Amino acid sequence: MNKFTKVASISLLIPGLLLAGCNTTEQSQAEEAKKTEESKTATYSEELEKAVDSYRQYGLEQTDLFVEGTTAFVEAVKAGNLEKAKELYPTARMPFERVEPIAESFGDLDPKIDAREGDVPEEEWTGYHRLEKIHWEENTTEGTAEYADQLLNDVKSLRAKIELADVAPQTLVTGAVDLLNEVSASKITGEEERYSHTDLYDFAANVDGSKKIVDLLSPILEEKDPELLDTLEQRFADVYTALEDYKTENGYVSYTDLTEEDTQKLSKVIDALAEPLSQIGVVLEG
Amino acid sequence: MSDESKSNKITRREMLYRTGAGGLGLLVGASGFGTISALGKTLDKEDKQTAEDAIPFYGTHQSGIITKPQTYIYLISLDLTTNQLSDVRDLFKEWTMASAHMSKAELVGPYTDNSYVPPEDTGEADGLSASKLTITYGFGPTFFDKNGSDRFGLASKKPKQLKSLPSFAGDQIEEQWTGGDLCVQVCAEDKQVAFHAIRNLIRIGRGIVTLRWMQSGFQRTPQADKKKGTPRNLFGFKDGTVNPSTDKEFNDIVWSNGSEAPWIKNGSYMVMRRIRMLLEVWDRTHLNEQEMTFGREKRSGAPLGHQDEFDDINFDKKDESGNPHIPVDSHIKLARGDGSEKILRRSYSYSSEMDPTRAQLDAGLLFISYQKDPFKQFVPIQKRMAGMDRMNEYIRHIGSAVFACPGGASKGGYIGDSLF
Ligand code: HEM
Repeated sequence: MNKFTKVASISLLIPGLLLAGCNTTEQSQAEEAKKTEESKTATYSEELEKAVDSYRQYGLEQTDLFVEGTTAFVEAVKAGNLEKAKELYPTARMPFERVEPIAESFGDLDPKIDAREGDVPEEEWTGYHRLEKIHWEENTTEGTAEYADQLLNDVKSLRAKIELADVAPQTLVTGAVDLLNEVSASKITGEEERYSHTDLYDFAANVDGSKKIVDLLSPILEEKDPELLDTLEQRFADVYTALEDYKTENGYVSYTDLTEEDTQKLSKVIDALAEPLSQIGVVLEG
Repeated sequence: MSDESKSNKITRREMLYRTGAGGLGLLVGASGFGTISALGKTLDKEDKQTAEDAIPFYGTHQSGIITKPQTYIYLISLDLTTNQLSDVRDLFKEWTMASAHMSKAELVGPYTDNSYVPPEDTGEADGLSASKLTITYGFGPTFFDKNGSDRFGLASKKPKQLKSLPSFAGDQIEEQWTGGDLCVQVCAEDKQVAFHAIRNLIRIGRGIVTLRWMQSGFQRTPQADKKKGTPRNLFGFKDGTVNPSTDKEFNDIVWSNGSEAPWIKNGSYMVMRRIRMLLEVWDRTHLNEQEMTFGREKRSGAPLGHQDEFDDINFDKKDESGNPHIPVDSHIKLARGDGSEKILRRSYSYSSEMDPTRAQLDAGLLFISYQKDPFKQFVPIQKRMAGMDRMNEYIRHIGSAVFACPGGASKGGYIGDSLF
């Protein structure tokens, strides 16, 4: 919260001032900037607050869905229904992937739920990816009931803690870009779902989550930088169009079906989106 | 308002969000964020251009062509993903401004007060000298028409000498090392300065262009070569002995007079060949054969049967047994031909470290030449060599591309403005 207050109170320019700026002295520029700031800050923080509230709400909705999906998944696992478990696995995770910026703020729960092999010591390794490995590598649900139970517990505590999440405007600004960085760092490479190869589900979910943030901030962007908003909307559309090619009846093709050309194509649309998206911090300008 | 402050108004950020609104005029003031610092911080740097290790970006010709080769190079080829000419135009405007700043050792754009956006400059050259940075731009054949489509309505401006090279005997060209819509050549005396420049230019283009191929290269540093000799390539031979060096030669060999297309006046055509050198094989070759391969002595660089590196070559000189000192299939004999085709060579060594399939060194020559007409100059030379050059046993041509590099930009203008 501290950091944000600082940013918001720094005087920044609006276009009108800029045009005048060429022939006014520095002092009068500063005065004008101050005036402008006073009249603008209030509305922006109100709108920002609104976005932050809606995002908190979104976090709740998604974690509700996450609990729901995980419950069904865990039931399948415990019933020994491997096929069903494999089918539910990628979609159950999607709500979590959408709200990773908030989920991650609970330092202890995130690894318990989502650590990949090698992220934590073997004996502490639990969660979705532990189950993934056994289901796909060993082709069984045997010996996984304990992991399944714990997973559901952890997901439920995440849901409970989300209520207390400290969501600040910076969470949104940073989160929108982080989600795409996730995509380029571990989804495009097939690292995240190295046994199930369901990386494209996570890919789509990360993009959804990022898009949600931009949607929530769009009224502010509309005012601050409509060109940026246009660009972002166009580039999100490009990403979804590119993803279309890999859709199947119920989801997405396996990562192993992607050629180098495919991953390059996906990587390029993500980079093209993420670069302008990194300017989204303009919403914090007072 | 000075040129400088005006140009600072068009920040990278604004360019990224182009919606086709177009011209500079419109963009000025469309979003003023960050400009207040620009007003103060950069004005006093106006004359940094004169700093001893800065090479002016603006001028009749683009720098980086007849510029004495600096130590490091990055050469990239890019494909355009947009189909709007206005995007390309904006990109070149912005590249021009960024290039002008960087070649004066300035940041691409100033730091601003909002710490929740990434800085406009990536920062790794902050505080470093200009290091003779040059940035050179070119257009590939596919810029004008791709798969038969006149993508930007400029097909009629495509010069006839801008097309991909024919294939030569022995070529082992790999698709991923060919062509491209645009190229950017960055050279500098410092590798970090060079990398910073290429990285920031790629960043500016994100969303409009994607990387097609990229190759870095090097030669010895000036510090390492106190005698300022001709640099040696990875075969250990002096490379660059015979090369145009006077204004007259540059006019005759390098610069276009614009007769084929007015926009290319004062520009030139770049040929790139990525040539792998089979160092393992070469290193097993005895000295006599090495020298016969080039027709020159390895240590002194003198033509065989001659005294000095820079001696005029008499190809008819014979040894006791009546054979020409310089073999008829040697590289310099074939490269020279009857002397009617000349090019400006500006090549660099490259090392991509290891070829994993063979556990061998993956190294070679990033061959770059500039000429008025690749098809009248480079092609006949390469044709002669492709068939019978002794050197062929030790090299493989892996990559190939041709680009038309327009004349330089004048202050207030931008690279390519004569074309758009
Ligand atoms: C790995 C590839 C190559 C190596 C190692 C190489 C090396 C050399 C060396 C050592 C010389 C003699 C010194 C000098 O005059 O600079 C030379 C000369 C020359 N090379 Fe190459 N070269 C290569 C490829 C090419 C290619 C592809 C061309 C053009 C088609 C070319 C054109 C020339 C020319 C025009 C000369 C000057 C000949 C003269 O008039 O004396 N070289 N090269």
